[in-house]
Amino acid sequence: MRLFFRSDLPLAGDASGRFLPWIIGCMVYLAALALAAALAADNLAARWHADLAGRFTVEVPPAPASSDKDAKLRGITDLLAKTEGVTAVRLIGAADKASLLRPWLGGGDLPEDIVLPDLIVVQSATAIDMAKLSKELTAFDAAIRIDDHGRWHGDLLAFSNSMKILAFIVLSLVALAAISTVIFVTRTGLAIHRRVIEIVHLVGAQDSYIARQFLFHALRLGLAGGAAGAALAAGTWIALQHWLGTGGSGLLPSLSLSTGDWIAVAAVPVALSIVGMFTAQVTVLILLGREP
Amino acid sequence: MVLFENVSLRYGDGPAILQHVTFTLAPGSFHFIVGASGAGKSSLLRMMYLAQRPSGGRINLFGQDIDERLKRRDRPLLRRRVGVVFQDFRLLAHLSALDNVALPLRVAGVPESKIRDHVTELLRWVGLAEHIDALPATLSGGQQQRVAIARAVITRPSLLLADEPTGNLDDAIALRLMYLFAELNKVGTTIVIATHSERLVQQFTHRQLRIEQGTVRLIPQRSEAA
Repeated sequence: MRLFFRSDLPLAGDASGRFLPWIIGCMVYLAALALAAALAADNLAARWHADLAGRFTVEVPPAPASSDKDAKLRGITDLLAKTEGVTAVRLIGAADKASLLRPWLGGGDLPEDIVLPDLIVVQSATAIDMAKLSKELTAFDAAIRIDDHGRWHGDLLAFSNSMKILAFIVLSLVALAAISTVIFVTRTGLAIHRRVIEIVHLVGAQDSYIARQFLFHALRLGLAGGAAGAALAAGTWIALQHWLGTGGSGLLPSLSLSTGDWIAVAAVPVALSIVGMFTAQVTVLILLGREP
Repeated sequence: MVLFENVSLRYGDGPAILQHVTFTLAPGSFHFIVGASGAGKSSLLRMMYLAQRPSGGRINLFGQDIDERLKRRDRPLLRRRVGVVFQDFRLLAHLSALDNVALPLRVAGVPESKIRDHVTELLRWVGLAEHIDALPATLSGGQQQRVAIARAVITRPSLLLADEPTGNLDDAIALRLMYLFAELNKVGTTIVIATHSERLVQQFTHRQLRIEQGTVRLIPQRSEAA
């Protein structure tokens, strides 16, 4: 690792290399945010999926004023409780309804004139025959609807997958841009230092010795820019989390990342620096190998 | 050690700089390359240190033919056996005298722990003990030349090539330098010195490769001629 600290080529003073950390920094910033967003979306989807696993909701339409609403609801809950596989049945009360609607309607009691369906949350340990259950429930009210959250799950999965694809595209583009930039900077460095490289060759250096110097130079610049970009991205993400936690309404989900996720985000600048490092090395070996 | 067989050289479509050059340098020999400015002395040296391919003919260095069959990765191994003092010194401006001299050792993979003492000792020997950490730009022409010479001999090369090595030195230092080359020659180093200075050549009895009109003529050692 001696050459990491000492270079025989004056690469550190190159004008072409000076902007590399800035470019790498910007690219790492974008890539880290894209990855964090994908991971947060995945976490969110997993969390919601876990919340809704083995659970479905029975939606009982508002009953006419003349009917015995309580008897109907009791009958429905009894039927649900007796259904094979069902472990818990809970009727959502007025307070819970108000809580669910708070993000849309604000705090306080619900207005008297709002007519809401009754909701019964059912927890099951095994798969329930929904067709059969639905048929049995129509005996109470033909308009009763069972929501097993299938559509919601599908949408959630699609959203999570879209975020992953988007992150993959952003990361690929960033890696491509980093590789192109490093190739350009390395080519320029080889041209600028042609005379010095010739001397180093003449005293017996292999191409690999020169390539190693470019490799460490690229690594150094990549890590400097990457660390700054990652730190900025982390700051942005934490600020966003803070805003969603305090300033945002309850409609917006939490964007929490696990320790593993943070490690993955922190790996972005490292990975990009390693890609840049080997790009520089390969570029030098190819270009010097073409010389007579 | 060095074999040139019917070697010719021209740059691009220009006229032939050297043609039908044939000579052999035995191990441990000492030769001057002499000729007027522009005669082709530096070109001849450049071919010897593998910086220039000939237009025709055969060059053999240390028993190895220098042609397109020589692998790129094998060239540095040959170059490490050749020390070169360039006419324009070719010191690396951003490196100190010590780092310039250490360069051939570093590229050869010599451990850093063995480099500093060795290089410092050699720099002291060439009279630059006070300038070990100096950048070339802060050194005089003569001092730079001594750094260049130290760099050329630091690896104890089998073949030492010097292009006008005394050009920037006063007579006393030039003579001292020539004695350094003679000492190296005594311990087995093959020496080739290109110079346009007839006065310098006349001070010694070594063989000469005299370049005239693109051809090279071997002039034997004066004692041999007698």
